[in-house]
Amino acid sequence: MPTSQFRLFLLFFISLFFLSRCEPNPYREGERLYKTNCANCHMDNGEGLGALIPPLAGADFLEKNREALPCILRYGLQDTILVNGKTYAEAMPGVQALSDIHITNILNYVNQAWGNSHKPYRLEEVQQMLARCRK
Amino acid sequence: MKKLLFFFLTLVGFAACIQTPEKRTLPILGERDISPAGDTVYPTVPDFAFVDQDSQVVTNATFRDQIYVVDFFFIHCPTICPKVKKNGLRIYEKYKNDNRIALLSHSIDTKNDTVAALRRHAQKLGIDSKRWHLVTGSKDAIYGIADNYFSVAVEDPDAPGGFDHSGRLILVDKNRHVRSFCDGTDAKDVDRFMKDIDLLLAEQ
Ligand code: HEC
Repeated sequence: MPTSQFRLFLLFFISLFFLSRCEPNPYREGERLYKTNCANCHMDNGEGLGALIPPLAGADFLEKNREALPCILRYGLQDTILVNGKTYAEAMPGVQALSDIHITNILNYVNQAWGNSHKPYRLEEVQQMLARCRK
Repeated sequence: MKKLLFFFLTLVGFAACIQTPEKRTLPILGERDISPAGDTVYPTVPDFAFVDQDSQVVTNATFRDQIYVVDFFFIHCPTICPKVKKNGLRIYEKYKNDNRIALLSHSIDTKNDTVAALRRHAQKLGIDSKRWHLVTGSKDAIYGIADNYFSVAVEDPDAPGGFDHSGRLILVDKNRHVRSFCDGTDAKDVDRFMKDIDLLLAEQ
């Protein structure tokens, strides 16, 4: 007959076991924000849409334009750009409602999602970049 | 005794589940009516005439002997449209060599989505205008026909991009009846919808 203490003990170890199985996802907030603000266009898997919307997965643009990305998220982009050798010229609307922290979280999610591995952003860094946006 | 009955009923229930998919035919959607002569009348898609990305007039006759998939969109849509288009492209790719089926997308932004803009859009999607028509027309006609396809299309200054619409994909048979629809933003629902397309192709 197991004592109640023993049962408690058992419960503790079982919970510990399950907890250790849950991989902590440091980008959960970024992922959530990406799904609501970006995935409609860039798709859940970051592949974009034909010649209309550029990909984020494996996009050379991310690395080459690291400094410009925070401003693009907030104020959008209406330009002719080159992503992985392909030209894109549709307009992307900015999402003004995103806070500095939101932007940092989204970029850090994008930077490591779908096989991407770019340097993470620090909040202060993003804030400095945002202060220099051409509006 | 009760238990046995319950068991039996459950068994029948399961059997029913297993049988339905094989014999399944798609229902005709919408409210039916009884004509004065006593026949059942199903709702049909009314006559329409729109202009597509090649400046060709698209009417019901364009889809004579074809089933077709309908949706509503606009080019500068900041929300669901790209996802619906992506799923539309899956359908397009799967059936692009099958003459029995075509796609018809209505722009609800009749001011900005001119024929030239639609042509550019089609080119960027890489689609063939004979298989996938992107059409524009009078605002009343487009918004009106959305009702017949059980879709929502309204101008709403408060909605993102200025228009509110459902991301539905709608399947229409050769007799102008709506037979199935799905949420065009949901890849899984579109999988199911594509099975319905196969079912309808087999029937017609
Ligand atoms: C309405 C559709 C739309 C939405 C929503 C959108 N984008 Fe974009 N995005 C575009 C388009 C179109 C371009 C190309 C802009 C150009 O050519 O000037 C682009 C370009 C980009 C680029 C640079 C090119 C590349 O692929 O690397 C990045 C980075 C980017 N978007 C990230 C985001 C993020 C992050 C979000 C969410 C906060 C977002 N976008 C939301 C349509 C969209």
